[in-house]
Amino acid sequence: MRHLSRKATCNSHGQDSSYFLGWQEYEKNPYHEKENPKGIIQMGLAENQLSFDLLESWLAENPDAAGFKRGGESIFRELALFQDYHGLPAFKKALVEFMAEIRGNKVTFDPTHMVLTAGATSANETLMFCLAGRGEAFLLPTPYYPGFDRDLKWRTEVEIVPIHCTSSNGFQITESALEAAYQDAQNRDLRVKGVLVTNPSNPLGTTMSRSELNLLINFITIKGIHLISDEIYSGTVFSSPSFVSVMEVLKDRNCDKTEVWNRVHIVYSLSKDLGLPGFRVGAIYSNDEMVVAAATKMSSFGLVSSQTQYLLSALLSDKKFTKNYISKNHKRLKEQQELLVAGLQRAGISCLKSNAGLFCWVNMKHLLSSNTFEAEMELWKKVVYDVRLNISPGSSCHCTEPGWFRVCFANMSKETLNLAIQRLKDFVVETTANGHSPSNIHYSSSKNSKRKLLPKWVLRLSSRDRDRESDER
Amino acid sequence: MSIEIEQPSVGLSKVAVSETHGEDSPYFAGWKAYDENPYHELNNPSGVIQMGLAENQVSFDLLEDFLETHPEASSWGKGVSSFRENALFQDYHGLPSFRKAMASFMEQIRGGRAKFDPERVVLTAGATAANELLTFILADPGDALLVPTPYYPGFDRDLRWRTGVKIVPIHCDSSNNFQITPQALEAAFNEAEAMNIKVRGVLITNPSNPLGATIQRSVLEEILDFVTRKNIHLVSDEIYSGSVFSSSEFISIAEILEARQYKDSERVHIVYSLSKDLGLPGFRVGTIYSYNDKVVTTARRMSSFTLISSQTQHLLACMLSNKEFTENYIQINRERLRKRYDMIIEGLRSAGIECLKGNAGLFCWMNLSPLLEKPTREGELTLWNSMLHEVRLNISPGSSCHISEPGWFRVCFANMSEQTLEIALKRIHDFMEQRKRDI
Repeated sequence: MRHLSRKATCNSHGQDSSYFLGWQEYEKNPYHEKENPKGIIQMGLAENQLSFDLLESWLAENPDAAGFKRGGESIFRELALFQDYHGLPAFKKALVEFMAEIRGNKVTFDPTHMVLTAGATSANETLMFCLAGRGEAFLLPTPYYPGFDRDLKWRTEVEIVPIHCTSSNGFQITESALEAAYQDAQNRDLRVKGVLVTNPSNPLGTTMSRSELNLLINFITIKGIHLISDEIYSGTVFSSPSFVSVMEVLKDRNCDKTEVWNRVHIVYSLSKDLGLPGFRVGAIYSNDEMVVAAATKMSSFGLVSSQTQYLLSALLSDKKFTKNYISKNHKRLKEQQELLVAGLQRAGISCLKSNAGLFCWVNMKHLLSSNTFEAEMELWKKVVYDVRLNISPGSSCHCTEPGWFRVCFANMSKETLNLAIQRLKDFVVETTANGHSPSNIHYSSSKNSKRKLLPKWVLRLSSRDRDRESDER
Repeated sequence: MSIEIEQPSVGLSKVAVSETHGEDSPYFAGWKAYDENPYHELNNPSGVIQMGLAENQVSFDLLEDFLETHPEASSWGKGVSSFRENALFQDYHGLPSFRKAMASFMEQIRGGRAKFDPERVVLTAGATAANELLTFILADPGDALLVPTPYYPGFDRDLRWRTGVKIVPIHCDSSNNFQITPQALEAAFNEAEAMNIKVRGVLITNPSNPLGATIQRSVLEEILDFVTRKNIHLVSDEIYSGSVFSSSEFISIAEILEARQYKDSERVHIVYSLSKDLGLPGFRVGTIYSYNDKVVTTARRMSSFTLISSQTQHLLACMLSNKEFTENYIQINRERLRKRYDMIIEGLRSAGIECLKGNAGLFCWMNLSPLLEKPTREGELTLWNSMLHEVRLNISPGSSCHISEPGWFRVCFANMSEQTLEIALKRIHDFMEQRKRDI
């Protein structure tokens, strides 16, 4: 039989049907200020579009970097041939320094411990391949980035066991939740190899507290397992508390030279902080030389283009630029987030208090017809089709409580954001003013004939033609 | 060949601690020796000359000229933020203009004798990624792919390491210029069956690395018939297709399929890359072209792990969309490679060394079996060591390519200047003269 592998035919790439649907609707009817002002506003895309002007002006002032020149001399051949999986030394140096700068220089990184990969998507998968295999699991706090289901599990065959977090304490990780997850894995006959956290969190938009980090370190020490800290949003922390990397906590506890030091690994990327997801720049940082060695070899399957490494080494080596960028970026993110939070508040909608990320974790429980995920889906469809905002339902992030949504704010102008807020406000006003429970409202917009009955094919995992899985976090 | 350690150490995975990455073979050891004492025309004229690296450095000037005259390729222009658009572009379908340019470039290389649909082009960060990805899609852990020997040493890692898939060799030998025969195909298949291993496909490299020769039409037909009969897949790695010295001598599996009106073509997949033909290994540009819709869809999704930088896609879309440039490049590149090939063959011949008759690639397949003290693998490695440390040439021993007959070596000729090649040939000449005197 000419069939394909199990990996090809199973659906562990985890393509989430709600993501697909929201995306597809957006594509059919995308908002455009002038050309399509009634279209769907994309709020499901965690992109940072607020600081491109800073990058563009740097590029205009430094044409050599993209022009394959160093000091006016062409280095095209050198770059064209450079495929060493150890990475361009100048780039790694600039990248570790940038990472240190983001952490207020409270920790420093050794470039020889860094492995470059084609995006954090590749970094996370590669780390999984290095640390675990079939029959083994990583514990992840919920809610988590939907892409992890694909990135961590698909080809590696590793399982994810959730650490359930709830709104009762702002979705922070607790000791009992960790233990419960560990037990859960054991019950499923899975050997736990580690914990993976995203700090700052996607979708929560919060940084982890020192006590959470200490708790994690204690836990992995006792269990003798790994900790991966995905810090790809570390440069988006725009208000206090300031970002505390797990490395900093380890240092403070004098853990370097101890065994646990070798079991903590960081993932980074320039997709969020610098807004360059297209350039595919990710990194694994590990104190364990064996992990670095194995990951380095594996990076052959996803190297960063030397053309791009060179451009970014020039950019990130410019300390005047990085200092200015980091601070302006923070300022703009803060302004945009405050705009969204205030706007939601005026609409009677609250968010989890956040200090980072490109999104807010929004509480729309009060708008649900019932405290169920079905009701969440119902509400989500209304927001997509009728309010015309593509936002991400909490269920797609494996949240255990219905009613939470991730709403992105950094991929649009202030004007668009204000419009989105206005639309949402109108929706809430109409919903509550009419005295109907949200489930009884029918929006008679002629554009939305599909909302009532979703064809089965849409709910099935995607067909080949309109395959539009979001790589966005 | 690979050693699997039972207990993962320091809590790493089995994959991480296994040696299936294959980096302890002599193929890589030669690199180390070169790194420690690299030849340099002025600074280190007696250093090791790197002849183990299949890189194409003969046509950079053409690329540099293009970039000089088309600055828009390496910048984003002053338009309404095309930089923003490009920086944000991470769609795994790939930049449409680039996919289109890639498909048309592949057509041009084949002299228009095959058509490529841009919708079937899947982009990956290099052919290394493409081959691994296809293996993940076509086979399960424990299954096998049949690969004709001698083959590119990197396949041991690319096809097997993280996938858990095995390689069962299709033995080819010098008796018929290493051509793949139906008997060898059957034998390999049966060998796998005898070991209770499920064969999922055949992977060929055409033109071949390390042979430096194209596969004949009749052989391709036989291979296609074989995979059809066995109901398995065929992967044709055609990354050297643009390096064939004479256009008419390369027959792509795509042409065979077209002649058969694409009957049964869903089992065929082609791998391509710009690392060899354009000499751009650093840019990480690979592609999978599949006639199977499900493979295309799945490969696209999997390519999320190995996307090509949008900055690079933009550059190459500009370059490869320019038909004038590509026609000229393909032709001149071919001529220069042929010239190098002729030069090395002649140089070796005058030193009394014969090579397999080749017509493609960046290397020749040299026969040093008459020089072996013992016709064994050890004998070959001894000779290889002499070449490395006495003659100071890093060449690749056939054993690292899994060949069964000792004495063959792959010698690269396109990764150096003509002057350096002459020096390398002179060293070989002197070495051979010395040996004659010693006998």
